[in-house]
Amino acid sequence: MSEQRESLVHVRGLRKSYGDFEAVRGIDLDVWRGEAFGFLGPNGAGKSSTMRMIGAVSPISGGTLEILGLDPATDGPSIRARLGVCPQDDTLDTELSVRENLTIYGRYFGLSRAECRERADELLEFVALTEKAKVKVDELSGGMKRRLTIARSLVSKPDLLLLDEPTTGLDPQARHLLWDKLFRLKQAGVTLIITTHYMDEAEQLCDRLVVMDGGLIAAEGSPAELIRDYSTREVTELRFGPDVMLADHDALAGKVEDLAQRVEVLPDRLLLYTDDGERAVAAVHERGLEPAAVLVRRSTLEDVFLRLTGRTLVD
Amino acid sequence: MAVHMTGAVENGRRMFDYWLTVYKRTWKGTMISSFLLPMLYLAAMGIGLGSFVDSNGTGALGGVSYLQFIAPGLLASTAMQIAVGEATYPVMSGLKWQKFYHSMIATPLRPADVVYGQLGFIAFRVFTSCAVFLVIITLFGGLKSPLGVLGLPVALLLGMAVAGPIAAYATVLDNDSGFAMVFRFGVVPAFLFSGAFFPVSQLPDWIEWLAYVSPLWHAVDLSRSLSLGTVNPLLALGNIVYLLAWFLVGTRLAVRGFTRKLIG
Repeated sequence: MSEQRESLVHVRGLRKSYGDFEAVRGIDLDVWRGEAFGFLGPNGAGKSSTMRMIGAVSPISGGTLEILGLDPATDGPSIRARLGVCPQDDTLDTELSVRENLTIYGRYFGLSRAECRERADELLEFVALTEKAKVKVDELSGGMKRRLTIARSLVSKPDLLLLDEPTTGLDPQARHLLWDKLFRLKQAGVTLIITTHYMDEAEQLCDRLVVMDGGLIAAEGSPAELIRDYSTREVTELRFGPDVMLADHDALAGKVEDLAQRVEVLPDRLLLYTDDGERAVAAVHERGLEPAAVLVRRSTLEDVFLRLTGRTLVD
Repeated sequence: MAVHMTGAVENGRRMFDYWLTVYKRTWKGTMISSFLLPMLYLAAMGIGLGSFVDSNGTGALGGVSYLQFIAPGLLASTAMQIAVGEATYPVMSGLKWQKFYHSMIATPLRPADVVYGQLGFIAFRVFTSCAVFLVIITLFGGLKSPLGVLGLPVALLLGMAVAGPIAAYATVLDNDSGFAMVFRFGVVPAFLFSGAFFPVSQLPDWIEWLAYVSPLWHAVDLSRSLSLGTVNPLLALGNIVYLLAWFLVGTRLAVRGFTRKLIG
């Protein structure tokens, strides 16, 4: 870690209320130049509210927020001039062509028409939409629209790129293509802030992330640190077949409790959180239990996420 | 304030390409809808009904032909209809459907700039459509004096006077059904009862007073008195001040509405 790291987003005690509802209830964080920083959390955790404040389009209700060293309350336009924003909903102009969406957007940043044309061609190449340049946005697939939205957010060569759920609703091919593009941006030195509720996305893209829940930060760290701190190295999944009821699962859990640091009972399986999954399996068999299926896997961010935010549906 | 205005001019320049592109995409359709209806009125009322009115004497209209009486009113009504049309559905689209306003304020543009850009485009639409309509009116002999061409700036002022408040109204609606109210209880009655087709003094007193509240009446009265050469400077000044007040207050309200909707 460099000692001279520069904080592009400096947040202390940040709050956001809408009427009586507190969407963000006091969070602290720093996003360092060059990193990919993630916000994870269930719906309603306060991720998008935080993103809008960082995007300098939503006034803060309390605390401190500095973006690129500037105060969004007084320097909103100067901050936004250096940001790229890829919103959760596509806000493309669907009746304009793909290329026009880029050239017109560049004009909002004060680029000359020639610069806009040049940038548009580069970016269409970058997101593999050159052949669609003249097509109306209406006719694009969901994945193509997301790529175009990302291209549009890059038109001003931003220092900081905000991506609010960039791959929600995309098929696996489109997601992997987008991840590849985002990875290349990061290699090129663009600082990324990403919200997502896909754990694999966070693990793929983020150097560091926070898990938000109920307007607060529940945990912070690199994906590996979070797994180390909030889960075990491995997870053993035991399935006892469809005839074994939930009540029996509770009884079974009692028998294997001491074999793992933590045991979680689900309707169809038991999860044993342990640093050595195979050893747990052997011990289970030694005790005469005969699970129908056994899976030993590494812990993922998903385990961390569910541990921190619970399995209850938030709506 | 000076800094703010310079910023607004610069930001207006930055939005110009967007509006130009939108116009290139839609101008054919708007040409037809902006001219067809007023042309039909001009032909049916001015020429058809006009020949009937004229043959019975037009003393009540000040002795001019019916066509010359209604032409300035039709011009102003056209301005109102275009301005209202452009300040309703397109504004809701920018906020809710296509959300292009949201993409604009993620850039250095501010909500006020977005309002000025939208109003600027409406001004352009009103001005160009009314200019062409004015040429047609002139060809039909609808202007009594050359001063009647001043009906064009009056039409522009009226367009701006109604666009601001209607755009502000669009920001508080949840869906577009509220626009039907604007047309049914605002645009259509104003069109019929603001003196475009007959002097409002013919109306019962209370409706006559409603007509004086409507910005359309002020524009009709002003552009007609210019065309017929019956300008009373004090009344004309009153008309202009009244329309300016609608424009300024309406724009202020629109900026407030856009800010509330776009920045939260």
